Amino acid sequence: MSIQAEISATTGGFSLQAAFDAPTGSCTAVVGPNGAGKTTLVHALAGLVPIQQGRIVLAGQVVDDSAQGIHVPPDRRPIALHSQHNLLFPHLSVVDNVAFGPQCSGMSTHDARHRAHEWLDRVGLAHLAGLRPGQLSGGQAQRVGLARAAACQPEVLLLDESLASLDAETRTDVRHLLADIEATRVLITHDPVETRVLADQLLVMEEGQIVQSGTPEEVAADPRTPWTAGLLDVNLLTGRAVGTRVALDCGLTLTTATPMSGPVLVTFSPAAIALSATRPHTSARNTWEAEVARIQPESDRARVLLGAPAPCHVWVTPQAVGELGLGAGTRCWAALKATELTVREA
Amino acid sequence: MTDRSTSKEPNRRPPIPVLAMAVIAVAVLALPLVGLLQRTPWSSLGTTLGETATLEALRVSVVVSLLAAAVSVMLGLPLAWVLARLSFRGRALVRAIVLLPMVLPPVVGGIALFFALGRRGLIGRVLHNGLGVDTLIGTTAGAVIAAVFVSMPFFVITAEAGLRQLDPRLESAASTLGAGRWTVLRRITLPLLAPSLAAGATLSWARALGEFGATITFAGNHPGRTRTLPLAIAQANEAGRPEAAIAMSVLLIGVSLVVLIGLRHRWIAPRSPRPERSSETSPS
Repeated sequence: MSIQAEISATTGGFSLQAAFDAPTGSCTAVVGPNGAGKTTLVHALAGLVPIQQGRIVLAGQVVDDSAQGIHVPPDRRPIALHSQHNLLFPHLSVVDNVAFGPQCSGMSTHDARHRAHEWLDRVGLAHLAGLRPGQLSGGQAQRVGLARAAACQPEVLLLDESLASLDAETRTDVRHLLADIEATRVLITHDPVETRVLADQLLVMEEGQIVQSGTPEEVAADPRTPWTAGLLDVNLLTGRAVGTRVALDCGLTLTTATPMSGPVLVTFSPAAIALSATRPHTSARNTWEAEVARIQPESDRARVLLGAPAPCHVWVTPQAVGELGLGAGTRCWAALKATELTVREA
Repeated sequence: MTDRSTSKEPNRRPPIPVLAMAVIAVAVLALPLVGLLQRTPWSSLGTTLGETATLEALRVSVVVSLLAAAVSVMLGLPLAWVLARLSFRGRALVRAIVLLPMVLPPVVGGIALFFALGRRGLIGRVLHNGLGVDTLIGTTAGAVIAAVFVSMPFFVITAEAGLRQLDPRLESAASTLGAGRWTVLRRITLPLLAPSLAAGATLSWARALGEFGATITFAGNHPGRTRTLPLAIAQANEAGRPEAAIAMSVLLIGVSLVVLIGLRHRWIAPRSPRPERSSETSPS
């Protein structure tokens, strides 16, 4: 385990109670509404927020232990933090901002700048190395901030909405970068796709508590709170596109409205699918026969989880469940309009 | 569009009354200097300034003002940090005490220093009996103390303002990248504060250079030890040697102007230590 945390902290009237573990090299996504305590949790791991009770072990090092009175300051923890505010040092050039962490770990200025250039290159900003932070756009500053944290090559990389202000294209690149980083990562995010693609583990926080945790698939299949359902209510399938045809990894082929090529992520809302008992004759480009894996009643609707060939969630009215005679193990037809699909580069 | 462009360049012609008042303000400040320069015996200026007594006063002034500025920075920076970063009971009182010398007549400061640090004073007795210091009165050290008393507040308020402008999250960010306290201070805090520190040090040095009342009251007027240029100027004027007084005044004005003009950018418009744009997006 790279992270073992049991945290009880109170700052400014806000109280945080959280416990979780994360294996070495894993990625933990932290989601939750505004004010849920996500940043406080990450700051407690970083040592910026003192904990009143509990124990935090990072990469085998006890960094907090209230019982023994241990509180290791941030600079002596095996971490690096990237905050959504970036907080680039305005008096240092972009390359010196990124070289700052390596220099703090004892690297010579020359070697640290060399490493900084490598990381700037990885976030696609090597050409801006000589600028001052004040000359960067918001998205550029965010990538520099991310490179600055990653260049520390910490055991645990803490990312507070590191992709928030990036445009779609750079977002994909940076997501790949984050997926490749070896460090154990803790990532605060609001993006369901990021969560699904990057996270091995998902922590849902509300009002200072972890209300649900598990793999993103587990949480999405059984969201315990309306907020979680709202965030994760998106179907995500992976495949390879040739023009407007996407051969899904699960075997099914979908028709989309956007021509693409190469590996893609296909997302659509659970409301986009219509179910019927027999093969439908509609304008929908995509129809397939599916097996119902499970039916979960919610307050004013039912969530039908389809199994093979393409696992996804569908919302239907409780009446429809009865009329179609749906139940676990039964079969039905699914119809999905091409225009309901969002396709993006994987 | 038109609205925006006109609001950026307001009326082409500035209002006449404002200009008139501004001209009068400059005149009030500059005319006495013009009067002085007009009476300056330029031909004999070199000779007067070359006199041993003048050079001695200049030396004392330079030594005392620089030492006072150095002491103000060394003691004033920690004080500014405490005032800017810690909240404690009585902070308003401490700040008032720190600023008091700026509004007190310097002669009051001199008298206060005399009764505190004189041989029979509260602290003077301790210094005399405990540390074997004979007396500060009449010594260059005494003149430095008098100058520090009047000039340190200028450094403290400038440095405190600079510290308040500095985003403490930058220091936290540095620590999460592995920087210890000393590295944070050396590579983040001090460089970001540099414009404020330079401005504060210049202001307090300038105040120390012009110091008269507290010095003459506390440290006395001893050639070569406490007689700074201002004291020498007053002495010459009273002794019926106005040419010498004028010559030394011109020297003092010249030195001050050179320094103030040299540091004008930092002094009048310190570069903002926080030019970073706040990132535009979503709260957590």
